[in-house]
Amino acid sequence: MENLVQNIINALQWGSFYALIALGYTLVYGVLTLINFAHGDVFMVGAYIAFFSATFLLTTLGLPGWIALALCIPVTMILTAMVGVTLERIAYRPLRNKGAHRLYVVITALMCGLILEHANLAIFGASRKAFPQLIAEHVYTIGGVTFTNLKIAVIATAFLAFLFLHWMVTRTRVGMAMRAISYDKFAVPLLGIPLDRIIVVTFILGSGFAGLAGLLFAMSYPVLEPYMGALIGWKAFIAAVVGGIGDIRGAFLGGFLLGAVEIMVVAFFPSTFRDLIAFTVLLLILTWKPTGLFGIAKTTKI
Amino acid sequence: MLRRYSVHLSLATVGGLIVYLAHQEYISLYIMSVLMFMGVNIIMSTSLNLVNGYMGEFSCGHGGFMCVGAYVSSLLGVWLFAGDKVFGAPLLNPKYTLYAFPLLILVGGIAAALAGLLVAIPSYKTRGDYLAIITLASNYIIISVIENIGAIGGSRGFMGMKQLINAMGKSVDLPWMPIWVFLFTVFCIWLMRRYISSTFGKGVIAICQDEVAAEIMSVNTNKIKTITFMVSSGMAGIAGGLFAYILGYVNPGSFNILKSTEVLVMVYLGGMGSLSGSVLSAILFTILLELLRPLQIVKWIVIPLLLIILMQFRPEGIMGNRELGDIFPKLKKFYRFK
Amino acid sequence: MSIPTEKRPVLEIRNLTQNFGGLRAVSDFNIQLMPGELSGLIGPNGAGKTTVFNLVSGFYQPSEGAILIDGVPTGGLKPHKVTALGVARTFQNIRLWNEMTVLDNIRVAQHYRLGYGFFHSAVRSKRYMRREAEIAREAAELLDIFHLTQYADEFPKNLPYGTQRKLEIARALSIHPKLLLLDEPAAGLNSSDIQELIRLIRWIHEMFAVTIWMIEHQMDVIMQLCTRIKVIDFGETIAEGNPEEICNHPAVITAYLGDDTI
Repeated sequence: MENLVQNIINALQWGSFYALIALGYTLVYGVLTLINFAHGDVFMVGAYIAFFSATFLLTTLGLPGWIALALCIPVTMILTAMVGVTLERIAYRPLRNKGAHRLYVVITALMCGLILEHANLAIFGASRKAFPQLIAEHVYTIGGVTFTNLKIAVIATAFLAFLFLHWMVTRTRVGMAMRAISYDKFAVPLLGIPLDRIIVVTFILGSGFAGLAGLLFAMSYPVLEPYMGALIGWKAFIAAVVGGIGDIRGAFLGGFLLGAVEIMVVAFFPSTFRDLIAFTVLLLILTWKPTGLFGIAKTTKI
Repeated sequence: MLRRYSVHLSLATVGGLIVYLAHQEYISLYIMSVLMFMGVNIIMSTSLNLVNGYMGEFSCGHGGFMCVGAYVSSLLGVWLFAGDKVFGAPLLNPKYTLYAFPLLILVGGIAAALAGLLVAIPSYKTRGDYLAIITLASNYIIISVIENIGAIGGSRGFMGMKQLINAMGKSVDLPWMPIWVFLFTVFCIWLMRRYISSTFGKGVIAICQDEVAAEIMSVNTNKIKTITFMVSSGMAGIAGGLFAYILGYVNPGSFNILKSTEVLVMVYLGGMGSLSGSVLSAILFTILLELLRPLQIVKWIVIPLLLIILMQFRPEGIMGNRELGDIFPKLKKFYRFK
Repeated sequence: MSIPTEKRPVLEIRNLTQNFGGLRAVSDFNIQLMPGELSGLIGPNGAGKTTVFNLVSGFYQPSEGAILIDGVPTGGLKPHKVTALGVARTFQNIRLWNEMTVLDNIRVAQHYRLGYGFFHSAVRSKRYMRREAEIAREAAELLDIFHLTQYADEFPKNLPYGTQRKLEIARALSIHPKLLLLDEPAAGLNSSDIQELIRLIRWIHEMFAVTIWMIEHQMDVIMQLCTRIKVIDFGETIAEGNPEEICNHPAVITAYLGDDTI
C-alpha cells in the first residue's frame, strides 16, 4: 500500500515534467499544426539558463537561496521564452509566409533542435553540470511514504500551469484567438486578429513553461547535459499526441499517463524495460483511439 | 539499340570501375567505405521517400526498420557461417558464404518488411501526425527490444560479421562488400521505379493526393498502404544488413532517432516524390558529412544551419517533385524516368 | 429461380437509416432503380442527399437497412469493393488527383480490374505488360471519346473548371459502372456550361447505357433530364414522382420555400 502511494507520488512528479513540456507542444500544434520538434531542446536550454542564472545569483552575488530561486524563476522563463520566440521569428515564420509545405517546417524545427544541442555541446563542452542547491530539501515521512518539499512543489507547479493555461485558452481574448486560428487559419486574419502576434504569444507561453520545467528538472535531478532535452522532448511529444494533440487537457493527462506508466514499469520490471513497455502501451492506446484520448476525429467531408 | 541499353551499360561501367579500382587498391579503404555508406544512404532515402514523398505520410522512425534488417542478417550470417561465442561453431561450411550472402541480406529485408506491419496496420485507421507518432514509437520499441536481449549483446552491440567478409574473399578474391552494396543499391532503385511507375503503384500517389477519391475509385487503399510500408521498411532492412556488414559491428544505438532524422533530411533535401532527387541528396549528404568531419561537434551545427538556409530559399528541396528527366529533357532519350 | 436480368433493379435500398451520434441523417429511405433509369435526388441543403450517396458507395456503413447493387448486398464492403460491383461516382467538390496527369487519373481508376499485383509490377511479367497496354489503350480511347486527348499530359488543376467536371465524369465512367452517381454535377458551372453538361449527361446515358442517379440543385438540370425524382428533407422522404408532380407537390414547396403559415 505504502509502496503504491509512494509510486503514485513519484509518478506525479515524473509526469509533471512531461506534462509541462507537452503543454508547449500542444499549444504550438493547436495554433499552427506544427510539430515543434525543437521544443525538447528549448527545455534543455531552459535548464541551462536556470543553471547559469542560479550560479550567478548564488555565488557571484551571494544572495540567499530563496531569493535566488524567486529571481531565477522569472529570469529562466523570460529568457527561455525569448529563445522560443527567436526560433519562431527567424526559422518558422519566413517559411510560413512562403507557404512552404508543413513538413518542411517540421524538418526546420528538427534542425533547430540539433543546432541548440550541438551549439551547447560546442560552447560548454560535454562535461555534465552540477546544479547548485537553491533551497534546502526537506524530507517528510508519513506512514512509510517519503516525499520532499521539492516534489510537492513540482507537482503543484504543473497543476497551476495547467489551470493557468486552461483559463488562458478558454477565458481570455488571446486564448479565444488561439482557438479561432486552430479552426480556421484563413478567416482569422480577415476578422482583424493579428495572426503573427497570437503566434508569438503561443511561443512565449509554450517556451516559458518549458523553461520552468527545465528549472524544476534541474533542481530535482541536478545534473545537466546537452542531450537531456532530446529524449524527454520526444517522449513529451508522444504524451501530447496520446492525450490528443492540440488539446490542453490531453497534453496534461498524457504527460501524467506517460509518467505513471514509466514509474510503474520501473517498479515491477528491470529499468531497461521502461521505454519498451511505455511505448508499447502508447502504441496500443493509439491503436484503440487513433486520435488520442481527447482528440476529435476529423470527419472527412465528401 | 545502344540508347535503349545506355543506362545498363553506364551502370555496368561505373560498377565495374569501382570494383576494379578497389581490387587494385587504387582507392583507399576510407574512400571505399564512404562510397559504400553512400549506397546505404541512397537505399535509405529512396525507400523513405516512398512513404513520405510518394504516399504523403510522415514516417520518422525509419532507423528502426534498418535496425531489424541489420540484426537479422548479422545474426543469421554469424549463426550459419561464423564461429561465435553465442552460437558456437558455424552450422554450414564458410565457403558457401559467398552464395548465401545476398540471401542473408534479403532475409534481413523481409524481416524488416514484417516489422513494417507494426506501422502499416495502424495506418488503416489513422494518418498524419498520429501515424508519425506510431512510427516514432516503433523505432523506440525496436531498439528497446534489442537492447533488452542480453544474449545478442544488448546495448553493447553484436559483432563477428567480418568473418563472413573474409570467408567471401577467400572463395573468390574480389572486394565483395562494394560489389554487394552496388548491386543492392541498383536493385532497390530499380524495384522502386518499377513499382511507382506501374498503374498499381500509381495508387500510392493517388492516396497521397486524395485518399477518399482513391478508395472510392476502386483503389484498395489498405492493401496499397501495407505493400508500400512493407517495401519501404524492407529496403531499409536491406540497407541495414549492408550497413552491419560494412562496419562488421552493430549496435542498437546507431539506429536511433538521430539516424531516422538523418534519413528524413536526405528525403526532404532531395525533394518529396523525386527518386533522382533522393539519390542525389543521399550522395551530396554523405559527401557533406565527410567533408565536414574535421569540424567534429561543430559539424552538427553547420549541417542543420545549411539545411535551414536551404529550406528558406528552396523549400521544395533540390528537385521538388521533378525527376532528372524533367530538368534535362535530353536525358529522356536514354531513360524513361517515370 | 432467377429473376430475369432486365427486371432486376440495379440499385435497391431497403429501409436505410443512418445515425450520426444523436442525429438521424437518413431515415427509412427506400428506392429501386431499374436498369437504364435516369433519376434525381433533391432536397434542401443538409437534407442528407450526399449521405445517401456516401452510404451507397460504401463510405459509411448504414446504421440500419440494406443496399443491394444488382442484387448483391453491400453491407460490410469497403468502398473499393462496392465500386468493383459497378458503382461509380463523382463528388460535390471535384476530387481529381490534381498532381497526376489526366491520363493517369483514368489509369488509376482501373485498379479494380488490374489483374496483377506488386510482384508482376516488379518483374514486368507478360501479364503486366499486356494489362498495362490494355489499360493505356482504353484510357486513351475514353479520353478521345470525351475530347480530352489534348489534355492527356496536363495536370487536372490546370484545366478549366468545366473540363475538370467532365474529366471527373469520364474517370467515373472508366470503371464501366452499372450505376453512376453524380453529386451536384452542375455546381460551380455557368449557364452555357450547364447546357453542355445536360447534353453530356444525356449522351452518356444513351452511349454507355448506364443507370444514372443524380443530386442537383439546378432545377432545370433535374427537370430536363430525370424521369423520376425523389425529394428528401431532414433525412425523410417527402415526395416522389415525375418532374411535373414534384413541381406541384405541396410538401416540396414547403420544404424549399418554407411554411407560409408561419
